[in-house]
Amino acid sequence: MLAETLAGPEIPWLDLGWALTLLAGTSLLLIIGAIVPRWRKGLYATFTALTAVVSFVFLVILWGRVTDDGMASAIADSIAFDHFAVFSLVAVLVSVFLTVLVTDGYLRREEYDGPEMYALYLTAALGASVMIVANDLIVLFLGLETLSLSLYLLAASHRRRTESQEAGLKYFVLGGFASAFFLYGIAFIYGASGATKLPAINDALRGSIDVNSNDALLLVGIGLLIVGFAFKVSAVPFQVWTPDVYQGAPSPVTGFMASAGKVAAFAALVRVLIVALPSRVDDWQPVIWVLAVLTLVGGSVMAIVQTNVKRMLAFSSISHAGFILVGVEAAAHTDSTDAVSSVVVYLFLYTVLVIGSFAVVTAVSGRGDDATSLEDLRGLARRRPMLAVALTVFLIAQAGVPVTSGFIAKFGVITASVDAESYALAIIAMLAAVIAAYLYLRIMVSAWLADSTDDIPIEVPTGLGIAVSFCVVFTIAVGVFPGWLLTLADKATTFLGA
Amino acid sequence: MIAATEPTTTWYLLLSALLFVIGMVGVMIRRNPLVMFMCIELMLNAVNLSFVSLAPRVANIDGQTAVFFVLVVAAAEVVVGLGIIVSIMRGRIHATVDDVAELKG
Repeated sequence: MLAETLAGPEIPWLDLGWALTLLAGTSLLLIIGAIVPRWRKGLYATFTALTAVVSFVFLVILWGRVTDDGMASAIADSIAFDHFAVFSLVAVLVSVFLTVLVTDGYLRREEYDGPEMYALYLTAALGASVMIVANDLIVLFLGLETLSLSLYLLAASHRRRTESQEAGLKYFVLGGFASAFFLYGIAFIYGASGATKLPAINDALRGSIDVNSNDALLLVGIGLLIVGFAFKVSAVPFQVWTPDVYQGAPSPVTGFMASAGKVAAFAALVRVLIVALPSRVDDWQPVIWVLAVLTLVGGSVMAIVQTNVKRMLAFSSISHAGFILVGVEAAAHTDSTDAVSSVVVYLFLYTVLVIGSFAVVTAVSGRGDDATSLEDLRGLARRRPMLAVALTVFLIAQAGVPVTSGFIAKFGVITASVDAESYALAIIAMLAAVIAAYLYLRIMVSAWLADSTDDIPIEVPTGLGIAVSFCVVFTIAVGVFPGWLLTLADKATTFLGA
Repeated sequence: MIAATEPTTTWYLLLSALLFVIGMVGVMIRRNPLVMFMCIELMLNAVNLSFVSLAPRVANIDGQTAVFFVLVVAAAEVVVGLGIIVSIMRGRIHATVDDVAELKG
């Protein structure tokens, strides 16, 4: 009798191929890496990049299956397969692939070549993927912690730089603090609805809309959950850790953190809000509105006084989080599906931009990874003209200049906001874009106009060169021909169970 | 004679909230990384208490199973956290988090 009742859920192995590939890649790296002491130059990176490619192939198959058979849930409804999930998963894999190319040269320059960082990239990607597909708050929490724990270690992984260690410690303490809030939010929502699965929460809440007995519990829960998310996406006023951690972490890791971490946190935030909490939209929409305004203005204004390029890019990433929140706020108006697609498009395009930017910073920072102030960037145009051109492309794209991918991204969220009749928010977003442009201009002026103080040659390893070239081509190609990406993203607007 | 009141779910929820706040205040005012770390663990375990005490109220065991997952996460956090703390505090035994402050701006 007992054996019957304990029958486990059915597991669709093929649909989970992308996740299993990441897991297998991690295990092989660590096990074989420990048995065979030194791999040939670049082999760790090649292996990791290949893992990402194989995982990508499984995602293409999954995309086809979702298109043909419709959205589906798996493993006792705890994870969801829909176009939105697959689209965001691809963004995470792109970020792993590019980051690995950048990391290869970096690790050899710093004499830390080994499998550990690559394995951590893969576990972080696995955690991010679990967050993206999670259809259950507990599964979401597990994914979040897998991602965060890997990122804490990655941030602290440069053992000779005390800044890196400090970044790891700060990120760990504040991240653990935020995770506790997040978990407490889950407990309250569970108490109010009796469920942790997102569709079940929605069913319970819709049924009890007139019964006010649990509303205090529920509202506290939603509030705590949003605080946890706001910390992870570094929305103002929960952004204090961002500049320090971004500056201290090894430069390739910073790009990874800013891309994969944000994609996962935003994808999960949108899914939770739209699938589980649509009946309380009047309660959470104002909160998102205020967070968006604070983040847009705070990110752009605080960046003005900075003099370290990594810190400036950290504030720029905060301001981007503000723009994405504008899209999330618009998505609250459930009739506008364009908003959801604008959010995923923004996340995807921002992934490529931010990794490209930090790849250039990685090259400029030199041995020791310390030369990251505006001073160190002086005369880049003369020392490495192509690198300066690439940096300029990334910066004008982040500023939202037309004919770059950044314009498509910003245009998407602001249009969605106007369509949703959040005019005030759309205007604030446009003003913030103008203020933020000053930050990008300052970096560009330093790279192009100022004379260099010293002429230390800047080395550009092959992998980094390939990654930067790809990012530049992608940024301009999407800016000129955005159609194919927007068509794909238009499919990624409905959620399982929403 | 006043009969002793039976503890209800609310009691446990209040206790859990109290533990959570103690942990929260601890993280904010203490400066020893190990103690801050212990306070975070206290916050996680306060949430665990909430989960188990809410489970009978909503009449399913999801809350109780959630605790197992949280325990595993907390254990993993110990491994990572202690690793980082040991690596940063090696050689500066009496250091507090205020001594580790090169990043600012």
